[in-house]
Amino acid sequence: MGERLRRTMMFVPGNNPGMVKDAYIYKCDSIMFDLEDSVLLSEKDAARYLVYNSLRAIDYGNKELVVRINNPRSECGIMDIKAMVASKIDVIRLPKTENVEDVLICESEIAKAEEQFNIEKGSIKMMAAIESAEGVLNAREIAKASKRLIAIAFGAEDYVTDLKTTRYEDGVELMFARSMILHAARAAKIDALDTVYSDLNNEEGLRKEVLLIKKLGFDGKSIINPRQIDPIVEIFTPTKKEIEKALEIMDAIEDAESKKSGVISLRGKMIDMPIVLRAQRTIQLAKAARVL
Amino acid sequence: MATAGTLESSDILITVENDDSNGIHIHLESPVKKQFGDQIKQVIRDTAKFIGVENAKITAIDQGALDCVIKARTSTALYRACESVDYKWEKK
Repeated sequence: MGERLRRTMMFVPGNNPGMVKDAYIYKCDSIMFDLEDSVLLSEKDAARYLVYNSLRAIDYGNKELVVRINNPRSECGIMDIKAMVASKIDVIRLPKTENVEDVLICESEIAKAEEQFNIEKGSIKMMAAIESAEGVLNAREIAKASKRLIAIAFGAEDYVTDLKTTRYEDGVELMFARSMILHAARAAKIDALDTVYSDLNNEEGLRKEVLLIKKLGFDGKSIINPRQIDPIVEIFTPTKKEIEKALEIMDAIEDAESKKSGVISLRGKMIDMPIVLRAQRTIQLAKAARVL
Repeated sequence: MATAGTLESSDILITVENDDSNGIHIHLESPVKKQFGDQIKQVIRDTAKFIGVENAKITAIDQGALDCVIKARTSTALYRACESVDYKWEKK
């Protein structure tokens, strides 16, 4: 369980000044400036300069700032990394991660840039997006490939194409990938972020999908529009009953600690570490949603 | 000649042309020219100076861009005009 919540990560096209400057207004946990697929090949330099200058000038508050770079094996990707490290972005998101080598190449470029700009080594974090069958099958090794990785994210659009299927309402085509990515993330003790839900006008469909990924154990979801923030936060916010139970558990722990009692129980039931961790997570989510 | 930016809201379209006469010559169109015209021109001049461009004719059509956008579009247009990718990134 990380300290920072990542329930909603909002995509912002990197070459759109209006969207880049207004992104701080919305209540998403992370902003992901995109230099990759949403930017025309001829505008890569312009988007890079726009995000670079905006990061230096605009106060985005306490949101986590992420940038999706181009392939770090390309000259364009290397320039993205240099510019983003210089502007001290929080997280660099690596697209289309297929294997450990992809992560290591990106990491090595980040390390070089940190040295060049005299930035503390290891301070720029990474997120790997998994968007293919090969990537899903290598998810376990990818998630453990670098200490910089704070999360792995699922990108379903490319993945379903790779699988020779398409997106369906019930998400059955994504079950294996979601489970694999989630397990890989948990085994590496990092966060797991789900893919975007692209049908903006179907809030019911979005809610169903978010409920599913919450049940599976995901930390949050990439989003493409601020309208999607509220339904996701609502679903990730614990109920009053869940909060009360979590608080009771934390009280019981305090009580047991003050009595120096090794065994903690609540209403005759023993409380062990997994229950405590779940209670802590509930309280963290409740505080983030300002219902506690 | 090189351009960067668009005519969309919050953006600025910068066009750079070679100029044999000395200095940076700026032609600006902006709905906020009366209040911010001098400031916009200064941001363009400072950006050109930082990159090392001394002579250029720059046309700027502003649609309410922030200073950071003006800097970004001016830098992009100047590098495109010079056909250079030797960008000068600075630590924040």
